[in-house]
Amino acid sequence: MCGIVGLYAKKENISANLGLHLSKMLESMSDRGPDSAGLAIFGKPIAKRTKIMVQSQFPEDDFQKLKKFLSTKKEISFSFETHSTHAVIKLDVKQKDKVINLINDTFPNLRILSVGKKMEIYKEVGRPAEVVKRFEIAKMKGSHGIGHTRMATESAVTTLGAHPFSTGEDQCLVHNGSLSNHNSLRRELMRKEMTFETENDSEVAASFISYRMNSGKTLKEALESALVELDGFYTFVVGTENGFGVLRDPIACKPAVLAETPDYVAFGSEYRALTSLPKIEKAKVWEPEPATVYFWGH
Amino acid sequence: MNILDFNKLSLRDINKTLQASDKNSFFSIKNPKGSHALAVGINKQITVKVVGSVGYYCAGMNKFSDIKVEGSAGPGLGENMMSGNIHVTGDVSQYAGASGHGGSILVEGNASSRCGISMKGVDIIVKGNVGHMSAFMAQKGNLVIFGNAGHALGDSIYEANIYVAGEVASLGADCIEKKMTKKHLSKLENILSNANVSDYNLDTFRRFGSARSLYNFNVDNAKIY
Repeated sequence: MCGIVGLYAKKENISANLGLHLSKMLESMSDRGPDSAGLAIFGKPIAKRTKIMVQSQFPEDDFQKLKKFLSTKKEISFSFETHSTHAVIKLDVKQKDKVINLINDTFPNLRILSVGKKMEIYKEVGRPAEVVKRFEIAKMKGSHGIGHTRMATESAVTTLGAHPFSTGEDQCLVHNGSLSNHNSLRRELMRKEMTFETENDSEVAASFISYRMNSGKTLKEALESALVELDGFYTFVVGTENGFGVLRDPIACKPAVLAETPDYVAFGSEYRALTSLPKIEKAKVWEPEPATVYFWGH
Repeated sequence: MNILDFNKLSLRDINKTLQASDKNSFFSIKNPKGSHALAVGINKQITVKVVGSVGYYCAGMNKFSDIKVEGSAGPGLGENMMSGNIHVTGDVSQYAGASGHGGSILVEGNASSRCGISMKGVDIIVKGNVGHMSAFMAQKGNLVIFGNAGHALGDSIYEANIYVAGEVASLGADCIEKKMTKKHLSKLENILSNANVSDYNLDTFRRFGSARSLYNFNVDNAKIY
């Protein structure tokens, strides 16, 4: 199964409570996937700064070492926030590549979950209620966000197997379904020098979209090529710097509901995910068409 | 009238109350908030009005009862229903009326994919559009579509009838357009009047059904079996 949610704020009253709304939405989908849960929250960018999200299995030890190590590099000015097993490093956008290389070279046990001016990814093993509490998602503000609760089918229940998967800077993907050609597609993408952390099918979808966009395609074009190249079942929600997109495979057996009001656009695997939203009873509610790319952006 | 409110009662309590109720009783269900499997397995003549949208499998296995949803319904509405009437004022999701043996389903909005899949005698009327693969392997009964039908309508159909007033994106294997005879016009009129539908123009409907080339046993193919 798996459950997906997404919320795109058109008004301040929604963005001020984005984390709270998304937490409730994701918790309502717990029955669809109790294995792990995750969210991507797109907050306000700070001029010339970017964020690197790092995850560790042993955060107390690792993050202290990392912070100390980065402090020894006088040329790097950064701030360091920890949220349970995750840390957000905020730094000058020009120093981003250098710091990423430093982390990868010096701390092989740390995983970089995402990079971006707006996006922060939080994901862990456990039910949605535990995961949103662990990262205090309800306190977060933002223009939009997406979330996922996982019932694992194609790979192990691990933090890195949880969604969202980053597909590039300020971009990520969540997936409900299962892909049948992910092994051959992974091999193909590896030959094109894409790297993988897991055996997960959704990571292949994320990598496929990244690769297409790195090759100059727009998000819409990348998603349309997914319709041709990906075999299997999927409802994807893709979060980008400006908004979120939705794509269902042509068979469309994985459920999807969209709702729109003057204040927000919301996505849920089921209508239940939307019932906690303000004025939902007055929203335009509909099921997205198969094999059709939808997008809402600021 | 009995009011059953999801803010006060659990789904299990509500379903138990409906299933144990006396014949001819009337229930109004409040705040369903997309709950699954509401009003399933009822096997007596009662009337249920649901105020709000429901989730998966509403009114499944219905027998005799009249169930109205004032809102939309999720996947699997009225699955395997035997008789009675289901009326949804909004939209319905995938496989509404799947394998239904009898009774009728009226959807005022749109139905999504696989509407009436494997239907076995139920009448399904959709005032809006239906999605792809509707009436897939439909065996008996009638699917009446006021709007448009998605791709592969009536794929591998047996002896069900499909009536469409709008456009058909494409027909599935072994489904063909058939002549609308006087007999069929009067059948269609009956189906609609039984469901209390009055605003229609019979002349706009076209009829589709099985070419009977896919499922018929043919002695020339005996070796294959």
